[in-house]
Amino acid sequence: MILFTDPYNLKCMRRLILLLLITPLAAFAQEDLLGELEKGSKEEVEYAFATFKGTRLGNGHTVETKNAGSLEFIFQHRFGAISGGAYELFGLDQADVRLGLDYGITDNLSVSISRNSVDKTMDGYFKYKALRQSSGAKKFPVTITALAGMAYKLSPKDFEEGSGLENVDRLSYTGQLLIARKFTTNFSFQLMPTFIHKNLVEYNEVNDQFALGFGGRIKLTKSVALTAEYYHNFNLPDNDLVDDPFYMRYNSLTFGIDIETGGHVFQLLMTNAIGLTERAFITETRDDFFAGDIHFGFNVTRTFQLKKNK
Amino acid sequence: MWILLLSPSDIQTFNLSLMIFFKKLFFPFFLLISIHSYSQQRFFAEKATVSFFSDGVVEDISAANEKVTSIFDAVSGEVAYLMNVKDFQFPNKLMQVHFNEKYMETEKYPKSSFQGKISGFSLTASGKQEVKATGKLTIHGVTQNIDVPGTVEVNGNRLSVKSKFVVKLLDYNIKVPQIVWQNIAQQVEVTIDFVYRPL
Repeated sequence: MILFTDPYNLKCMRRLILLLLITPLAAFAQEDLLGELEKGSKEEVEYAFATFKGTRLGNGHTVETKNAGSLEFIFQHRFGAISGGAYELFGLDQADVRLGLDYGITDNLSVSISRNSVDKTMDGYFKYKALRQSSGAKKFPVTITALAGMAYKLSPKDFEEGSGLENVDRLSYTGQLLIARKFTTNFSFQLMPTFIHKNLVEYNEVNDQFALGFGGRIKLTKSVALTAEYYHNFNLPDNDLVDDPFYMRYNSLTFGIDIETGGHVFQLLMTNAIGLTERAFITETRDDFFAGDIHFGFNVTRTFQLKKNK
Repeated sequence: MWILLLSPSDIQTFNLSLMIFFKKLFFPFFLLISIHSYSQQRFFAEKATVSFFSDGVVEDISAANEKVTSIFDAVSGEVAYLMNVKDFQFPNKLMQVHFNEKYMETEKYPKSSFQGKISGFSLTASGKQEVKATGKLTIHGVTQNIDVPGTVEVNGNRLSVKSKFVVKLLDYNIKVPQIVWQNIAQQVEVTIDFVYRPL
């Protein structure tokens, strides 16, 4: 009786009971060390990775950048139009080429330089992965990469154009946001608001052009994926006002298959664009996909790890 | 009600004797509890690396995970480790992406673990002791019973546990795409290197 009325003893008893209660629990927990480790592990930030196989979706970019210290050699080829028929071997008799190098300065910042046979264009860009899609401890729905590029047309030569064509006239600029979400392991979708400024334009074009691109990929197997990419240019000139096909402009549409093998990514494409700088395929595509002026093409990349990751 | 008839000093004496009685009664329990906690001898890994290596026809593949957590009970010999597969670091980052995306399917199976028992060692022995570990190894969502050799070495209050064993990819349902089969061996050599300190 006293035991339960005296405050001191009450406290002692409580402690004792608590101890007796806890001891079997502790013994139980000890049996499963792995369960204890799992309980002890904190929730981490899980970044989405491999949203796309390569740095290119079709003609344009994906949110992917090169990893620090890795160099990608990209070899892009666009044949003539399939509508050329058997005489042109369905376009295979002609080809336009872009040869480029992409280098990862950091895991999020890449720099590139390339040469494109269309208009003998040199182009370069910086590509910066600003935000990454993540789940777990920190959640963010999309990966956002910003691209700033510049292209310089070497063609035509000065004397062909007569006097008046200055260096600045050959330049064009691209500012682009790439916004992608990897919805599932097999499905990724990307939006590409794009701004292009051309210093010199044809009479029916405007200097500043805005386009919205969208596209995505569906993985068929671990190494093979189907891709699609479409750029809608809001400032395309009206084709009804011109007769010469040279001045006609269409939006670019691309369908492709990505095949990845080790350090290579092969992308086989069907597209109506032949130019491979943003200026060329977003603002100067002269072929109409739906009229059958489709070109077969491919992008092949090879990645070299120049600096070892520590 | 008779309590109320007693003087305060009487109550105090009575309580004191009662406390002593209870202490005597429960002493074996206290002893048991302290023995129990002593017998735990829990060790936590302060440095734990799991790495693997494979000879490829074209290039060797190696990676290390230094963010492994592990507990070792030196009395029962029970041991467990747990890691995030994404924490494997490769010299070649592209390989790291492929490892996670194509082979380990990290989004689906984020963790890899081992739970088992180390037998054949003494905490008081000096030098390297050859031991055996048996238990369940979980990789790529597949659990297999393994039985592997290793060593335990006691250095002061630190305990170093090492092991090297071969993991066959097919046992864990890890499929290497046909197109790159030449590049990747069908088995890898796993190295365990843990240093434990007492809890």
